[in-house]
Amino acid sequence: MPKGAGWRIALIAAFVVLSCIYLVPTLSPKLPEWWKGMLPKDKIHLGLDLQGGTHLVLEVETAKAVEGTLDLVATDLEDTLNSKNLRFKRISRTASDKVSIVLYEKDTAAAVQKLIKDKYRDYEIIPTIEEGGMVGVALRMKEQDIQDRKDKAVAQALETIRNRIDQFGVSEPVIARQGINQIVVQLPGIKDPQRAIALIGRTARLEFKMVKEGVSPTGGAIPEDSEVLYEKHTDPTTGATTEIPLVVHKKALITGDLLTDAQVRIDSQFNQPYVGIEFNSLGARLFDQITAANVNKRFAIVLDSNVYSAPVIRERISGGSAQISGNFTEKTASDLAIVLRAGALPAPVKIIQNVTVGASLGKDSIDKGLMAGGIGVALVIIFMAIYYKLSGMVANLGMVLNILYLMGAMSALGATLTLPGIAAIVLLVGMSVDSNVIIFERIREELRLGKSPKSALEAGYDKAFLTIMDSHVTALITAAVLFQFGTGPVKGFAVSLSLGIMINLFTSLMGTKVIFDLFLHKGNVKKMSI
Amino acid sequence: MMELLGKTNIDFIGKRNISFVISSIISIIGIIAIIQMARGAANMGIDFTGGTSVQLMFDKPLALADARKALHSGGIAEFELQEVKEGNKLLVKLPRKSALAVGKAAEIVPAAFVKAQPGLKVTVDSTTEIGPSIGDKLRKDTIIAVAISMLGIICYIAWRFDFKFGIGAVVATLHDVLAMFAAYYLFGKEFNLLFITAVLTIAGYSLTDTVVVFDRIRENLHKDLKGSLHKIFNSSINEVLSRSIITSLTTFLAAISLFVWGGEVIHDFSFALLVGIVVGVYSSVYVASPVVLLLEQRAMNKGESRTAQPVKA
Repeated sequence: MPKGAGWRIALIAAFVVLSCIYLVPTLSPKLPEWWKGMLPKDKIHLGLDLQGGTHLVLEVETAKAVEGTLDLVATDLEDTLNSKNLRFKRISRTASDKVSIVLYEKDTAAAVQKLIKDKYRDYEIIPTIEEGGMVGVALRMKEQDIQDRKDKAVAQALETIRNRIDQFGVSEPVIARQGINQIVVQLPGIKDPQRAIALIGRTARLEFKMVKEGVSPTGGAIPEDSEVLYEKHTDPTTGATTEIPLVVHKKALITGDLLTDAQVRIDSQFNQPYVGIEFNSLGARLFDQITAANVNKRFAIVLDSNVYSAPVIRERISGGSAQISGNFTEKTASDLAIVLRAGALPAPVKIIQNVTVGASLGKDSIDKGLMAGGIGVALVIIFMAIYYKLSGMVANLGMVLNILYLMGAMSALGATLTLPGIAAIVLLVGMSVDSNVIIFERIREELRLGKSPKSALEAGYDKAFLTIMDSHVTALITAAVLFQFGTGPVKGFAVSLSLGIMINLFTSLMGTKVIFDLFLHKGNVKKMSI
Repeated sequence: MMELLGKTNIDFIGKRNISFVISSIISIIGIIAIIQMARGAANMGIDFTGGTSVQLMFDKPLALADARKALHSGGIAEFELQEVKEGNKLLVKLPRKSALAVGKAAEIVPAAFVKAQPGLKVTVDSTTEIGPSIGDKLRKDTIIAVAISMLGIICYIAWRFDFKFGIGAVVATLHDVLAMFAAYYLFGKEFNLLFITAVLTIAGYSLTDTVVVFDRIRENLHKDLKGSLHKIFNSSINEVLSRSIITSLTTFLAAISLFVWGGEVIHDFSFALLVGIVVGVYSSVYVASPVVLLLEQRAMNKGESRTAQPVKA
């Protein structure tokens, strides 16, 4: 054995064994029990472009969450002032961070200010202003609190979306926060992406509002405390939709956060699905009070500003359960039940990116990618074997080691293989023999100068070393940049490429060299097959 | 031993006036392509412009004119159709300003076809919808990524060789990149994220050939202190010519199998790689080395020493 060959062989063999062990979870669908205890479980994941699926980027409209909080403050102040008999003209949110109260008298202003100071410690009180005989008091949310609220809104939205997806049933979804106000959702292998997107993107704010009687929604002024909402009707036979306007009170009497459960039920009379909901104790009490006080009046069940139905209250409803009916199919009813159970999003979300790949295209891509890869490898192997003979075969062996190590490393890191990632591997096949080509050409030159195979080999590796280093470092620089800036498929490409480049450096400078050393170490080999 | 090329003695440097003209034309087309991209006149992928693209598969062939009619009658006014090479597939692109809400296109587009041609089976292969903010961010990120990788390469080569070689390498790399833009533009291919990936990959990869040639030039400059620069550059290129070609050939073999058998998604991507690999060999011989020679000669005329700076490594 040549000097130092022993530990090099041992290192190469150790990497081979390690790669094989790490590849087991990727290759075998079912691991035996004893494996799971101590051996690696990470595997190479297939990117969405290969297995089909949906990649969504959602933007949470965090400003709306802040506004929502302030709207609640305004409503709460209204109730408090009413209960304390403090007269006011108007309480409303007047800016994205401000609630203003307009009062009639200066005396009440002092009382209101004191009340705010006690009740809303965290808010900044804007000095009283007098204008046209009215007195204005305002409170503003502090910048720090606004940021906290926004941050919490994104975290809540993420939790809610996770709940919805869990209930919808997707295996191995990825739901992660990105940047300040974005959420990335990946749903591999999803069958009905449209339905999932609709389910995730829905705010699902459920509100019960009283219908304002005696006001026409079409003509004339709408009172300040009311708004016009629409009830959509879809004719089941023609598919035509009609919108019926309805004037309702702005103030919601009950909201969706008072629900404990929502389930799809089937109406036995019309065989029509509806969603049965259960209130918690507070909700049940409120519902009981409201129905008792408003018998023979209409109330509207509103979801995200669309009226689902507006039934007349026939009698007081105790017991805390109600039903939402509308033009449901089995699917739409079940989706509504899911979003009601999972809760509303704290703020609306906007889908800003949606990349969906169908399962058949994914399958096609993986098949073709693997075939192209196989052919590429075969072409390179044949070329090297013909052009460099036995030495070419050594290079080919190095290339195979390269692929094995790369797959092992990707498996160990739990990396994601994308179609561009497969392209990167195929490209690496070409590049991995490049280093050997540079070395072999150098050896040929040395042989032409009349050197013995052994010294030609040493000189070849020595002189080619820096060139190989240089070319690998420059390739690595761009691969690292791609990794930094890429997402999805491009990132997969960069991962495969940069891992491959580093591994290639090892196999070309260590792996193939040791094989040559074993053959040539005695110095009595007269001719080299190159 | 088998040899692709025997001992060659081609006067590469002597032909540099011709090659400079060719390279300039390629680069100018590349620059035009980039200007057209910036103006929005090139075939831009929706990753950069924002908008929607839906790829559909039909169970039987569908004429483009019929497809156009179907979409119009489905109420979609503005769109772009692109035929996909294999199968009965069609790519429908909707510009960012068309008012479809994100998440809706995958319903509306196939519905339009089914309505116009009852009995046609439509499968949605893929849907990509990119909001404007993402497209803008991506454009910015891309420019930064290309700039950073170029800068990284300049620094590395300048550190390993000397400044003149650094400039030669960067000019050659820029030339390769511009050639890829030019080819994509002339063939009307879509500039998208995968194209940028191919460009950055080639920017790193094409340097391999350049480094091989530079290494040899530097070595010969040290060996032969009296010969003319012209002769030394020429013989250096000739000495490493076959390995430049073979290293590119192996990668070319791998890339061409992707191009031919890799399927529609990476077809254009591998096309870009093929162009980059071929141009990479050309530029290491006809761009990188002549540029360095030019700089060396200019330095010599100013009375400096002829040899390259000592190697730091």
